[in-house]
Parts: sequence; structure tokens; C-alpha cells
Amino acid sequence: MELLLAVVAGVLYAAGLYLMLRRRLGQLIIGLSLLSNGSNVLILAAAGVTRAKPPLITAVSVRADQFADPVPQSLILTAIVIGFGVLAFALVLAHRVHRSVGTDDIDAIGPDRV
Amino acid sequence: MLALPVLLPLATAIALHLLPHRPRLLRLVAFAGSLALLAAAIALFVRVESAGIQVLQVGSWAAPFGITLVADLFSALLVLMVGIIAVAVTGSSFAGVDPRREAFGYHALIHVLLMGVSGAFLTGDIFNLYVWFEVMLIASFVLMSLHRTRAQLHAAFTYVGLNLLSSAFLLTAIGLLYGQAGTLNLADIARAWPERRTPGLDAALSMLFLTAFGLKAGLFPLFFWLPASYHTPPAAVSALLAGLLTKVGVYAMIRVFTLLFPDPGARVYGVILVLSAVTMVVGLLGAIGQLDFRRTLSFNLVGHIGFTTVGLGLWTPAALGGSILYVLHHMLVVTSLFLVSGLFLRQRRTTDLRALGGLYRSQPAVACLAMVPLFSLAGIPPLSGFIAKLAVVGAVLAGNHYWLAGVALVVSLLTVLSMARLWDEAIWKPSPTDASLPRLGVAIVAPIAWLVALTLGFTVAAGPAYGVSMRAAAQLLDARGYIHAVLGEDAPRAAR
Repeated sequence: MELLLAVVAGVLYAAGLYLMLRRRLGQLIIGLSLLSNGSNVLILAAAGVTRAKPPLITAVSVRADQFADPVPQSLILTAIVIGFGVLAFALVLAHRVHRSVGTDDIDAIGPDRV
Repeated sequence: MLALPVLLPLATAIALHLLPHRPRLLRLVAFAGSLALLAAAIALFVRVESAGIQVLQVGSWAAPFGITLVADLFSALLVLMVGIIAVAVTGSSFAGVDPRREAFGYHALIHVLLMGVSGAFLTGDIFNLYVWFEVMLIASFVLMSLHRTRAQLHAAFTYVGLNLLSSAFLLTAIGLLYGQAGTLNLADIARAWPERRTPGLDAALSMLFLTAFGLKAGLFPLFFWLPASYHTPPAAVSALLAGLLTKVGVYAMIRVFTLLFPDPGARVYGVILVLSAVTMVVGLLGAIGQLDFRRTLSFNLVGHIGFTTVGLGLWTPAALGGSILYVLHHMLVVTSLFLVSGLFLRQRRTTDLRALGGLYRSQPAVACLAMVPLFSLAGIPPLSGFIAKLAVVGAVLAGNHYWLAGVALVVSLLTVLSMARLWDEAIWKPSPTDASLPRLGVAIVAPIAWLVALTLGFTVAAGPAYGVSMRAAAQLLDARGYIHAVLGEDAPRAAR
């Protein structure tokens, strides 16, 4: 399972970085979201996956390694929420750029004075 | 007490959202919030200085399980600077803010940004550090992108894209670190790490953290977004971003590396030294070629980040102390210089050097005020820049890195050249037009005067400032004090 997750994370990183190197705003944003999802999968894989043992503890004393670690899951949850907010902002920004410039080619947006 | 520098800006931001939309009222509340933040920061600094490292276990969760706020001298010094810069930037809004910006929550966003920065300086939890980074990034994104022109939109998009990339790298590094260390509390990681680290993971993690924090700090070769974006927003916003955000990257780098890789000979420190040197050279060479006041400043900002990371690369108390002193000086001076650029924007609506000039003839007192940060950044004795550079270069020489000292001195010379040109073109030379310009009132000059007074105070109190920086560096380099303050003697180990 870890191997599968590691491969998935790697593919997501590669695809995300490739899309971020493109010149179109839409692809850049999709790249960003793939990248952040890649890091979420990576957190899950790096912390180790425990199958079908949710950390719902009823007994008084239990051994920690008998249950899935809830911390990475809560990290991922937080990261998803933050990533969602940031993604929404990036989409609005891209929409404004597109509305005022009429293109989604990054290089065509700003004649950057140097 | 420890949470106040985070809670006060939050309370101010909420109040600013709820208040009726009357510009004068909003500005007053925002300014009062900054004064309260400064007072809290001073109180915190005095406490840390007298009673040692302060720790707050949020929600009373015992140390490695909950989120911990920690203030050692380095954190307390930087929070103090946040308060000082907050007062200057919110004070500058009395001179007028673009009404459209003000309607979109300009003042509240500034306080959210301040909250994020204070939180990043105070947190003792690495995932919490990531969250504070996102808080301040979102606030800065919105501040940057309340724009209309093409150049400004382009700058905002560059800024947003690269900062999100850096966040993804940071999250990756945190995930890998958690997988191996099994805890997120920085002190607990530092304690557990020596027995769990492996050479391969060390290399991967140090490079990931270096990339993530280097992008935020503006290290070579990751700085290109900075000069491409800092010259477009209004002066107060670029002053805030330039003064605070890059320093958060430097802070996080110093904090995480001193706790995670406490071995002076590690290869990553050689990399940091070389990157610092190249950052200085490339930044200043970039600055020489610019014809715009704020772009010159942006490149100078990048170049001088090199001085603030040298101390980490050398890993000696004197060098790290020198770098801390440099961070403090740089925050004051860069913020005041970006506020000075606001004077030109007010008078002529541009910071293009070819269109500027005549300030000395029309308002010599204001010109002299602007002279202090310009010459201080250049490192002219006896101003603060000279003292900070002396501390850094002295430590570099003491470590027998003569090539690095040579680079630093050549870069200092280039800074003198670049600052002298700014002084000459923007202030000293006669005005290129005959048109009479609006006079600069007290409201727009007062924030600069406040920072200049502190720069001069920094010069007068160079001895105590140097002493505090050295003690802060000693605290950083010996992580045992930090670990002991957070975890105590008999704290339970992390679960895994």
C-alpha cells in the first residue's frame, strides 16, 4: 500500500510541477492543486498506513501501534482546507486577470519593465 | 501574555471588519491596534530578557501533544520589530489610502498579516509554522492583488504562484519529517531526531527546507519573484512585505536548521554559505542596473538577505549573532526606505529615478530624514548598517573565511554605490520639471521619522543591541535550553 501511495504521490508531483512550468494560467492553477494533493498523499504514505484500525479507543489502556496514527490524517485535513482556500483565491485572481487582459498566457499579461 | 502578539492583531482585524465604514475611524482603530501590539511585544521582550525562554502550552495540552508557543530572545526580538513596523505602516495610512483599497478591508488585512507573522515567530510546532505561513501569505496575496494595471496583476500572479510552490515544498518536508520523527513539536523533534535521522533523509529534508524557506527569504537562485513584485503595490504595502515577509523566511530557516541539524560541519551549511555569497553579489549587481527607486531597493533587499544567512552557514555564536543584528537593522531600514518611496509616489506618482529629483531643494528636512536609512543601508559609519556589517564581517574573518569577507566587502561597496545613486538621482539633483509639487505633510513623514529615530537609537545603543543579539545566538546554538523550556524534565515522549 505504501508503495502504491508513494508512486501516486510521485506522479502527482511530477504532473503538478510540469503544469506549473506551462505558460497558461489555468494549467498553472491545476498544477498547484495537483502539487498540494501530492503532498497530502505523501504525508499519508510517509507516516505509515495502518489498514482498518481507526483510532477510536474504548479500552482504558491500549498500545499505540495497534491503531492508525490520527495525526497525519488531521494534518492532511488541515492542509486540504488551506489548499482549498488558496485554490479558490488563485482561481478568482486568474479570472480577474483574464477579464482585464483577455488572455491566459502569463507572458502576455505584463510587459515587465526591466 | 505570550499569546497577546497573536491575539491583539486578530481582535483588531475582527473589530475593523465589524466597524462602520468610516475611513478616519478605521485608521484610528488600526493604529491603536498596532500600538497595543507594540506594547505587548515590548512587555514580552522584557519578560524573556529577564526570566528566560517563555512557553505557553495552548489549551493546557502537555508539551509534545498540543500546540506550543515559545518565545526565546530571537523570537521576542523579531516580535518587537513586528510591533515597531506595524506602528509605522498603520501610521502611514493617516496620510491617505486609496479609497478602493480601504473599502476592501485594507486595514483588517494588514492586521491579519501581522497576526500571521507574529504567530510564525512564536510557534513551537512545525505544522503550526506552516499554518501561520499560509495565514500571512493569504493576507499578503489579497493586499498585493487589489490592483488594476497589467504590471500589477502580473506581479501578483508571480508572487502567488511561487509562494504556493514554496508552501508545497514546506508541506512535503513536514510530512517526511513527521514520518521519521513521529512528532511535530519542534523541541520534541530536536530531542528525538539524533537517534532517528538517516543520512539520506537528512540530505532530502535539508534541501527541501532550504528550498521552501529560501524561496520565502529570497535566496539565490529563488529570489526572482521578489524584485518582480515588490515595486508594484502602494508604498505602505511594499514596506510591510519587504520589512517582514522575507525575514520570516530567514527566521524559519535559522530556527528549523539550528534545531534539526545541530552539526556545524554539515554539508548543507557549506551550501548556505555559498548561496549567501552568490545572493549578495547577484542582488547588488541587479540593483546597480536599475533605473527605478523601488526596484533598486528590491534588489538591495535580496542582496542583503545574504548577510542574514551567513551566520547560519558559519554556525558560530559571533556569526549568528551578527546575522541577527543584521536582521534587526535591515527590517528597520528597508521598511523606512520603502516608506520613503511613498514620498515620491505622493509627489510624482512614479519612482522612476529619471523623473525624480529636487527633494533636497524643496524640503531639506525631509531629505535629511531620508538620508539616514539610505546611508545606513550603505553601511556608512556610525549608522546601524555599519555596526551590523562590522559584526558579520568580523565573525566571517574570525572563522578564516577570507573569500567570504572579501565578497561581503565588495558587496558593501556596491551598496554604497547603489545608495549614493539613489540619493543623487532621487533627492539631490535638481528637479527635472518646473512644475510645483505638492508639499509633503507631517502625516506622510511622521512614520519615516519614527523609524529613523529608532535607527539612530539603534546606533546609539549599539552595545546593548549587539549583546542581545549575541545572547540570542547562543540560545539558538545550544538547543538544550529550548528543549528543556518546552518539555521540562519528565515530559512524556511522543506516542510513536
